[in-house]
Amino acid sequence: MTELTELTLAEARDRLRAKDISAVELAQAHGAAMEKARALNAYVLETPERAIEMAKTSDARIAKGEAGPLEGIPLAVKDLFATKGVRTTACSHILDNFVPTYESTVTSQLWRDGAVLLGKTNNDEFAMGSSNETSFFGPVISPWRRDGANTELVPGGSSGGSAAAVAAQLCLGATGTDTGGSIRQPAAFTGTVGIKPTYGRCSRWGIVAFASSLDQAGPFTKTVRDAAIMLRSMAGPDAKDTTCADLPVPDYEAAVGKSVKGLRIGIPKEYRLDGMPAEIEKIWQQGCEWLKSAGAELVDVSLPHTKYALPAYYIVAPAEASSNLARYDGVRYGLRAPGRDITEMYENTRSEGFGAEVRRRVMIGTYVLSAGYYDAYYLRAQKVRTLIKRDFEACFEQGVHAMLTPATPSAAFGIGEKGGADPVEMYLNDVFTVTVNMAGLPGLAVPAGRDGQGLPLGLQLIGRPFDEETLFSLGAVVEREAGRFTPKVWW
Amino acid sequence: MSVDAATVRRIAHLARIAVKEDEVAHLQGELNAMLAFVEQLSEVNVDGVEPMTSVTPMAMKMRTDVVTDGDNPEAVLANAPQSDDGFYLVPKVIE
Repeated sequence: MTELTELTLAEARDRLRAKDISAVELAQAHGAAMEKARALNAYVLETPERAIEMAKTSDARIAKGEAGPLEGIPLAVKDLFATKGVRTTACSHILDNFVPTYESTVTSQLWRDGAVLLGKTNNDEFAMGSSNETSFFGPVISPWRRDGANTELVPGGSSGGSAAAVAAQLCLGATGTDTGGSIRQPAAFTGTVGIKPTYGRCSRWGIVAFASSLDQAGPFTKTVRDAAIMLRSMAGPDAKDTTCADLPVPDYEAAVGKSVKGLRIGIPKEYRLDGMPAEIEKIWQQGCEWLKSAGAELVDVSLPHTKYALPAYYIVAPAEASSNLARYDGVRYGLRAPGRDITEMYENTRSEGFGAEVRRRVMIGTYVLSAGYYDAYYLRAQKVRTLIKRDFEACFEQGVHAMLTPATPSAAFGIGEKGGADPVEMYLNDVFTVTVNMAGLPGLAVPAGRDGQGLPLGLQLIGRPFDEETLFSLGAVVEREAGRFTPKVWW
Repeated sequence: MSVDAATVRRIAHLARIAVKEDEVAHLQGELNAMLAFVEQLSEVNVDGVEPMTSVTPMAMKMRTDVVTDGDNPEAVLANAPQSDDGFYLVPKVIE
């Protein structure tokens, strides 16, 4: 049974179609793996009965020759996606009894294409965090450990449960969301592939909102090909989201293995940070050489406003969060804490329901939007955002097809190691990923090697708007050279 | 810019989050750490720069002005902490 969990999504799809394995067997194998791995806390809700039911339906459809593109593929879903009849909490106490009466567009498309739900995965509360330590359900423990050590490491965040579930082979793929790096950073920390598509590529309808101008959904998978397969099902127009692009979805899988000869790859000099570990620098250099020997042309580029992306993000994202999270008022859904009057009820509910990080961000967001401070903070940050986007546009206009950067400034760190005294220490994790959200571009994180302690390190490929295909072609080159990374089972 | 204790209490009230008196000093420190971090934006020259309103250039989608949803009070109220007879229940609003 264990070997079924070692398959890639593409291999499982092909073997299901060949009727070499059944969807029920596949769901059972993953259900057993999930149960055995509870120490990781990757799932906050397991739905094994539903998985078997959905798998039976898939087997019937395969038998009739009606298989969808993801028929019988067992997936995990970040607890930020509303799933009809299945508890959805955003890993917040304020929503811990919420059972949606509707299905998010992205997940409904996965089920339309035949996928099977294994359960809901852990994340930072309302996706606010870079280590999965702010979850109401407790931290996710990374399946990775440093060589010869048993220190518990973070899987990254906010989509830490999805990343850990894919890395530990507790599903064949998982959904994530990325507002400032929440797919790419955990993918890099866990040796998995993760893509944040262009803003507007996937519908945001039915995904618990954090910062609406930055949030995008995307997949976590074991391979680049698997990510291409999964994104094709997740993406596409949706009348229910006015920011969702009315563009057809290409066959992303066809881009995997395509030649990268002649592609111009920008290497932004501003991503070479002072004090960056030599191992990150080395892996970046290695990535450059791989792409070069595959026929791509490397060009030095400059993105002068890079250093302002993170501070601008910490105005824009909390501002949007403070508006979005106003809906948790103890009236329509979720937790209610009593109060003498309605205002006190609101205040008590939100005080009890929100964790420390969420409370901090809602308050800073409220402050930067408040009378007298709006121009100095919010308006200025939105102008800086325009400048960040222009930096990228200038490079693309000069014929750059994509850029290669490190995904994170370090490998995974220990639980409780960062952000205790100063929240900004944790925020710096997203220094390479946040620019991409600010500019609305697609970004792919692909595993590229290991550090001296055996932990995975990832590279990031940044693309032109709606050109995810080029990222899949380039990512496949890195993957071919670097190989795949799977943690040793200790759980 | 930095915030004082009175501002922390005012922001908490605006955000409708109850804050205990012994939490104010700690929150003040955290908020000021964030404000100090974003302070570097003031060195950027933004003269004549349009603030971003849409990250991908797109026209707002329009749909036909017809009823597409509704008539489902049970689903709407299904997650309400307190409801009665098709209505949400809240503490008394008017004195």
